[in-house]
Parts: sequence; C-alpha cells; structure tokens
Amino acid sequence: MTGTPVVEATGVAKRFGATVALADGRLRVQPGETHALVGRNGAGKSTLVGVLTGLLRPDAGEVRFGGEPAPAPGDRAAWRRQVACVYQKPSVVPELSVAENLFLHRQPRGRFGLLSSRLLRHGATELLEEWAVHVDPGLPARELSVEQRQLVEIAGALSLGARFVILDEPTAQLEGRAIARLFDRLRALREQGITFLFISHHLPEIYEICQRVTVFRDARYVLDADVATLGRDELVAAMIGEARGLVDVGADRQQVPDDAEPALELAGVAGVDLTVRRGEIVGVAGSAVSGKRELAEAVVGLRPRSGTVHVDGRRIRPGDVPAALRAGIGYLPGDRDADGFVPGLSVAENATMTIADRLGPAGFVLPSRRTGRARTMIADLDVHTSGPDQLVSELSGGNAQKVVMARALAGDPKVLVLVQPTAGVDVRSKESLLGAVDRETRSDRAALLVSDELDDLRLCDRVVVMVGGRIVAEHGRGWSEAELVAEIEGVDGPVGPDEGETDV
Amino acid sequence: MSETTVARPEAPLTPPPGRPANRLKLGRLRDLALIPPIIALLVIGYLIKPDVFLSQSYLVDTVLKYQSELALVVLAEALVLIVGKFDLSLESVVGIAPAVAIFLVVGDTSVLGAPWPAWTVLPVAIVFGATIGAFNGLLIVRFKLSAFIVTLAVLIALRGLQLAIVGGATISDLANRIPVIDNLGSLRFATIPISIWIVILAFGVGLVVLGYTRVGRSLYAVGGNPDAARAAGIRVERTIWLTLVVAGALAALAGVMLSARLGSVAAAQGNGMIFTVFAAAVIGGISLDGGKGSLIGALCGVVLLGLIQNVLTLAQVKADQIQAVNGIVILVALLLARLTSGKAQD
Repeated sequence: MTGTPVVEATGVAKRFGATVALADGRLRVQPGETHALVGRNGAGKSTLVGVLTGLLRPDAGEVRFGGEPAPAPGDRAAWRRQVACVYQKPSVVPELSVAENLFLHRQPRGRFGLLSSRLLRHGATELLEEWAVHVDPGLPARELSVEQRQLVEIAGALSLGARFVILDEPTAQLEGRAIARLFDRLRALREQGITFLFISHHLPEIYEICQRVTVFRDARYVLDADVATLGRDELVAAMIGEARGLVDVGADRQQVPDDAEPALELAGVAGVDLTVRRGEIVGVAGSAVSGKRELAEAVVGLRPRSGTVHVDGRRIRPGDVPAALRAGIGYLPGDRDADGFVPGLSVAENATMTIADRLGPAGFVLPSRRTGRARTMIADLDVHTSGPDQLVSELSGGNAQKVVMARALAGDPKVLVLVQPTAGVDVRSKESLLGAVDRETRSDRAALLVSDELDDLRLCDRVVVMVGGRIVAEHGRGWSEAELVAEIEGVDGPVGPDEGETDV
Repeated sequence: MSETTVARPEAPLTPPPGRPANRLKLGRLRDLALIPPIIALLVIGYLIKPDVFLSQSYLVDTVLKYQSELALVVLAEALVLIVGKFDLSLESVVGIAPAVAIFLVVGDTSVLGAPWPAWTVLPVAIVFGATIGAFNGLLIVRFKLSAFIVTLAVLIALRGLQLAIVGGATISDLANRIPVIDNLGSLRFATIPISIWIVILAFGVGLVVLGYTRVGRSLYAVGGNPDAARAAGIRVERTIWLTLVVAGALAALAGVMLSARLGSVAAAQGNGMIFTVFAAAVIGGISLDGGKGSLIGALCGVVLLGLIQNVLTLAQVKADQIQAVNGIVILVALLLARLTSGKAQD
C-alpha cells in the first residue's frame, strides 16, 4: 500500500503556556489502512488529534490531506470534509432524534423553504442504510447505546464527505461482544475504502484490527511500523522507552518488616482488600478505567462504599470526608484543577484549609498564624511563590501541586492517600513531590499512592495492579517495567467477554 | 488528560523586596475602588446644594438612614453569592417576616393563640426569615434544585402569602402599638439612628467572621471550588445551608427595620428591592460566580447607590423619570467599577 498518504503530519509542535504538549508529532496514514496511534498518558496523542481535526492550531509543523495542504484554521466545513473524529464523549445532541443529529444545521428543506420532517426522515434512513447502520432515525440520540452512537457519528461524518475517521478510544466503554461487532463494522468500512486512525490503550485490539502503528512517547513520535512485524515486547518498549533516570527517589528505602503495624486496612472496599503498614508506600497501578481512583475516593469518603476502612486500628465512617481526615488521612486529589485547590484563594489559605481549626481559638483563624504555617510549608516543599499571599491560580502546575501536597501533609496524617501526585508537572517538581512522599514516610507514616506513572510507582515499597476494579497482581521492589505496563494495559490480562473494561 | 512538561529549570524566585506588601495594598485598594466615585458624588451633591448636602442631618438622616435596610439585605445576598449560590427570595422575606410577626401581635386573628405579646415581633420575624432560608436550603442542598428557580418560586409564593395576610391594605400606626417598632424607628445613640448602628454592627461582625474565622473562610472555599473544599474536609452542603439561614434572618431583620422606619407594613414591602441588592453587590465587587468579593466593597456599593439616588433627586430629575435614569446610572457605575478594579466581572 503506497501512494499519496491520506494524512501526513510532520514536525507538529504545540505548547500550552510552559507545558509542551507535543514536541515532534509525525504521522503518515496510507489510504485504506486502519492505523493505530498509541502512547501512554501525556504522550501527545490528544494534542495530535486536536491538530489533525483543525481544533488546535500547531505552533510548528505541517498537516497535509491527500497531498494537499490542510484547510485554513477557521474553515470548519473544509476540515469536516477531510477528517472526522469520534470522541469518547458523545458529540450528539441528546434530546434531538438521530435524523436531526445527522442533518444538524443542514436539514433538507421542503415547500416554502421550511424544514420537512418527511424529507429529513427519508434522508436519514437512506444515509443509515448506505453505511448499514441499523438504527431507527426517529429515536432520540440519548437512547442510543454507546456502540450505536459511535456508528451514527461515523455515518454522519462519512456523509459529510470525510473518508478519514479518527476513533478516540472507541472500545473503552464497550463490553466484549460490542467490541467484536464494532470491529466487524470497521473491517467492512475499511473494505469500502475508509481509512481509520485508531487510538486505544488496549494493545491486543491493535493487533486485531490495525495494519500499521505509530507510537508517541513524551510528546514525541518514536516509531512507525507494520503491526505484523512488531512484537508486543517491542511495542511496549517503544511506549515506555528505555532511558529513564533523572527521577531516582527512594532507591535506598528500607524493607518494611512484615510485622510492622498496619496503618491503613481496607476490607472489601468495592471488592478490594489491602493493608498498608506503617512506614510503607503501597502503589496502586491501573489504567484510567481500572477503578483505582474510585478506590482512593471511596477511602477518603468522597464516594459511598461497601466494606470497612481502618486507620491505625480505628474504623472510619463511609462517606464522611471530615471524619476520614480527622482519623488521620492526608488526601491529595487526582486532578488539582478540578478538586485540588481553590484558585481564587492564596497559597496560605489553600495549604492550611484542612487545619483551619488549629490556627486560632474557638473557630477563629489568625492570619499571622496562618502565614507562619504557610511559610514553613513553602520552605519544606520548595514551593516557588512570591509569598503566602499569592493566589494559587498564578502558580505553575508543579508549584500548585506542591501546595496541594502541603495541604495533604498539613494535618500530620497517619496515612497519605495520594492520587496521581505528579500528573502534568515538570521533572524537578516531580522530584521534590516524590522526595516529600519518601521523606514523610520514613518513620511511622504510611502512604497509598494511586498512579499510572512509572516514576511514582518506582518509589513504592509494594505495587498492586488494578484491572476492572480488582487487584490482579502484586509486586515487591524491582518489578520489570515491561511486565507492569503489560499488566496495566491488559496485554496479558484475561481475554474474556469483557476484558476488564467495565468501570466500577 | 495530563500532558508532558519539559524540564524547565525554574529559577528560585526570591520574592523581590517589597512585592508582597505591594500586593496586599493592591488587594485592599480593589476593595476601595468605589471610594473615588463616592467622593465625586459627594462633591456633585455639594455643588448642587451647598447649604445642606454635607451636613450631618442630611447625610445621616436622608441618605444613610434610607439605605440601612438595603445594606442588611446586601450583606445577606453577599454571603449567599460568596458561597456560590443565589437568593432572590430575600426581598420577599423583607416583607413577609415583619408582616407575619406583626400580624400575630396586632392582627385581627386568633390563630396560634394570637394576639402575641409585643416583644415577640423581632424574634418571630427573625426565626421566620431563618426558616425560609432553611427551606430554600432544603430544596437547593438536599434536592439539588437550581437556587435561582427555587428562590424565584419562593419569592412569588411569599409575595402571595403577604398579600393574603396584609389584605391589600397596609397595617399602619405601628409605632404606637408596638414598642419594639417604636424604638427601632426612633431611638438614637450618639445622635445616629439605631438602624445605622445595627448596620455597622452587622457589617463589623460579618467582616470578622468572613475574614478571621474558619466558617467564614470556608464560604470562600465552597464558592470558589466546591469539589476542592469537599476534598479538604469542608462540609460543603452544611456551609451553604447555614449561609442561606443566616441570609434569611438578616433579611427579616431588615424587614422589621423597614417597617419600623415607615411605621407600617405595606402589602408591597420589599417589592423590587432585589434588583438594587444585586446591583449594589456586583458594583461592590461580589462575583456572581461565587468565591470572590468583600463586605467592604458591598457596603461601598450600597452607599454609592444611595448617593446616586439622592443626587438625582437633588438635581430635580422628575419622579417619573428617576427610575430610568437610576438604571442607566447603575450601568455606568458597573462600568466604572469594572474599569477601576481592572478585572472582568462575572
């Protein structure tokens, strides 16, 4: 298969403020192939998709469709004739019917130039039949299953003239048989000449329906190969890279004795049993849909849960965050922008939010005491800020995260529950954040560290892997990266009807 | 989805000397952004009526006294806005709370063992207002209904209830029948009417609570980012609820003060007040998105609107035009506040 590529991107770069989302994006997709794009979180896949669909304007580089330069950035109609993307999130209007969604803003007109529901229905039926999508066009879009919704979106895109369709993790929310059906449809469409760019975290699927694969890592293109000639080990190696380094925190941690007292005990919490002993860091690895984050949120009381949680032998009530924090949990939420800090408040105020009751008598907060505490925290965690009164929204991502970490540590907790503590921060911040976790757990304090970043997990004394809400593996120190990534991504996972895809 | 960051050596930022202090001053300045227009209005007022305008009797008894009820309702609304919610029903509480309390004392009825002793007017009104706040909270916090619509519906319902109680007429001559009302309407300390002292006290307490207590600070956290507040162990729902209850009580107190000043409860008492309340709060820098704003700013907003109204009257704008002019002036004030604070208004 050679000829003019359907899409060719070269040297695409994009940065958001200080964050380089894509440093060197390259992609070459031949007509009629199903091309896989893989990479770990933050590899730059989403940014490339944004550039390919014309939603993001690259800082550098070029995109060509069928040898022609890409349309002008504002010409949405021209972009939509070239490329379509089916996202994980629905892009249909839920309250409108399938037919209305398919012909949104291009409804066929009947007599007097008014819209005709008869023509609309007719057109939609024809369109759906042409691409063999068996859905009633009169059905409201909200009643479609995920699978049907994706097919309707694909049909709509094809009717606009696009013959190149990007599928962004189409299988993430599907169960096994639906995936098989989707793949049958994709194969059929491929025979009709449609080209696909297939994004998935699930490597076996790539071997199942893709012909070529492009790998991104750390915002760069690293590999473009025939799927048939690329072994799974090579693929995983390309995704994680070999030269790690820089972050080497906690290599000299002592083995925690087996009889150390438990600091955090989970029994039957959403089906998970886990004990974290004093002085121990236990990592919980897993993909975005593994349920690892939900587990952490259940432990701190942000979600209802079953089972029991004991902190230092004391049972804590489910669904009660203040009680969990009082019992000795220090919590760092998984998405600092969503639930980590209050952007309009100062560094001092955010950092001391969990200990506001200790900053003065009878519910009063003494600003001098707050500022004093904050100064200590700023120094301890090396937060680069102009002072305790600076707004957290003015800090860089890494420094904002240090403030959230300071808040987690503020109450002198017995157990830290940390979710993705180094997500989206630069290497130096990563080192100081992980360094803080290491330092703070050297004596009695324990930590439950939920993450899919290998650098985070390397710090842990023990790592458990979650798939589909269950713990499927446990490793001591010295695990192999390839093995762990394979377990997280489900390469060697159980190949059953639902492949552990369902979220809990 | 997280994106990769590049190792950017961050130069250790030693704060440049004097910068934090400057920042603090700037922050205070933003609170005082309305002081220049207030001074300008004082000057204009003086130019129009040099003989009376800057006298204590005019400024206190004509300008400020008439703003004291508005100020309390603005305080109440500011708290609700800071915690990230809305309360439109406050204006109807201004009418209904004193109406119910006074009706139970002097009304021609025997429900609930009426007539009640005269001293019950103030506590009954405040408890009634707090109850309305609690009811709003029930619908907003427990049943997760939109605060805007809930309080709009409550506003309409309470207006109807008030009409039913007052019966389209006005309960008047209260000063002679209820001593509390008489005192609230006429007592003075140090030549200043008691209603102004109440406002000063309420704002003083509000400033201390919002600035220097755990509960007060949690209002800003909840309004600024409820999810982060929840993850930090703040009881978000309880905080919102408590704020709505306090706001209801404050509005009820404002209502009793209004009745005391007028010596009556009109069927339309408080009608239309909520627009001015929002205008004053927003001009004063309270964000409609929650989590932002100070009580000093809100108070300045009230004073500014009061001055505008008086200056318009002094300038002999006709009574039938004053409302239109008032609306335009509010827009201009908003624009000025936006320019002086230098930040987009939400």
